[in-house]
Amino acid sequence: MPQPHVIEASNLHLTFETNDGPVNALSDVNLTVKKGDFVSFIGPSGCGKTTLLRVLADLDKPTSGEVTVNGVSPRDARMARAYGYVFQAAGLYPWRNISSNIKLPLEIMGYSKSEQNSRVSKVLELVELTGFEKKFPWQLSGGMQQRASIARALAFDADILLMDEPFGALDEIVRDHLNEQLLKLWKSTNKTICFVTHSIPEAVYLSTKIVVMSPRPGRIIDVIESDLPSDRPLDIRDTKKFIELSQRVREGLRAGHSDE
Amino acid sequence: MSENSKVFPVISVLTIIVILWYGFSVVLNAPWAYDQAKRNSISLSFPELVSKTWSQKRPKLPTPHQVANEMWNTTVHQKITSKRSLVYHTWITFSETMFGFFLGTSLGILLAIAIVHNRATAISVMPWIITSQTIPILALAPMIVVALGSAGFSGLLPIAIISMYLSFFPVVVGMVKGLKSPERLELDQMKTWSASGSQVLVKLRLPKSMPYFFTSLKLGMAAALVGAIVGELPSGGGGGLGFRMLSGSTFGNTLHIWSGLFSAAVLAASLIIFIGILQKIILKKMALEL
Repeated sequence: MPQPHVIEASNLHLTFETNDGPVNALSDVNLTVKKGDFVSFIGPSGCGKTTLLRVLADLDKPTSGEVTVNGVSPRDARMARAYGYVFQAAGLYPWRNISSNIKLPLEIMGYSKSEQNSRVSKVLELVELTGFEKKFPWQLSGGMQQRASIARALAFDADILLMDEPFGALDEIVRDHLNEQLLKLWKSTNKTICFVTHSIPEAVYLSTKIVVMSPRPGRIIDVIESDLPSDRPLDIRDTKKFIELSQRVREGLRAGHSDE
Repeated sequence: MSENSKVFPVISVLTIIVILWYGFSVVLNAPWAYDQAKRNSISLSFPELVSKTWSQKRPKLPTPHQVANEMWNTTVHQKITSKRSLVYHTWITFSETMFGFFLGTSLGILLAIAIVHNRATAISVMPWIITSQTIPILALAPMIVVALGSAGFSGLLPIAIISMYLSFFPVVVGMVKGLKSPERLELDQMKTWSASGSQVLVKLRLPKSMPYFFTSLKLGMAAALVGAIVGELPSGGGGGLGFRMLSGSTFGNTLHIWSGLFSAAVLAASLIIFIGILQKIILKKMALEL
């Protein structure tokens, strides 16, 4: 029996009605994601990569087409707390310390106090923030805040992690470090991750599958299955294979632009 | 700006006000002084005129030191249970203000929550809330007193209701804005956790509205005090600073009017400073400075 797909989208269309007329955010998107995949969505701004992620999370509704998450509608998946979502900004509450920020979704979902505490220490260890429980968000650097926000998304142990340019606002050195950490975390937790980015090296470094998108209308240009080894030190980025993959992504992005 | 550089302008303005005040005391009280002098067939030199206008028993405009003296005498030298004590009247007005403020703030918060959560409420209630504030409270206050009086309520409650009527408005306006202050990202985040409306309210909207809440409280407190004083006027009898000022006006006792006025100002300032201190402490603790 074939493994069921975690995410399946077919003929997905989404049109936003704006004051300047309708905008085709997504056009004829077809996509399957297997359990344990690390999928990156890459493309210039306006290509619908964030919109696609928001559709999967039931934050936006498709105009037409079919989409399932864990075999059910995005809405049912959301109600079943099937995914953790990491936004561009950390979105930590300044009046809560790190520990109680991470507890926030757990409180909402009705976990017991002791369960909350054990989960907080577990996820803080995963993102290497142990010892920062009592610190407030403003006492942490941008990178640490984003790690805390990832910890919060992991806290309720959803199988799927949806990440919308989580490291977009961070400098390259911090970003490299967090990419390494994220890979480690992905391998140790066996989660399915959908990751939106506009950085080619980031997409190639992290993914098992790279989805290249193009704007006006937002659509998928190319889907690249990466055959990089699962063990990826940072210097894998200098290997021939990595550079070839990056070139293929770049070509896809260029093709998407040429027909404007 | 440093503390020192703030002191100078404040002192200068205060000095100018006091000088003008003494000047006007001379001008406004002079006719009576001349009249008295004429009856006694004496003529007044300028220094004599000044000293006479600054020490009349029933001046048109009492001087600052007369008002200060009156306030001192009616707070320190009277038993605080006496109707002649300013403390007694201030206490009555204070109780009415607090009662009205409590009712107004509660009503304001409840209305704001209803408005933020339900579009139908927003559309149907908001015009009435705004209309309510276009009716002069002076016209409305006697009606409230009479209506509640005929229903068997007298004393504190009718005045607190009038006070509430003025104080709920800034709270509604401020809290609607505050409860709507969470950003799109924060609301989306709550949605991804499939949080209920009441969870979003308690965990996000209410804490996030705190800076607006305290600003509303300050405005609401000032309005509640005005409401309490206005409410005392048609109620009669009971006491309070409004009653004191009204009786002063009826019997031409300007010292009562001015000392009542200043007591009201001191009361208002103290209450608002108190809220300001709470605001500073709590917002600092929440890292929510606006």
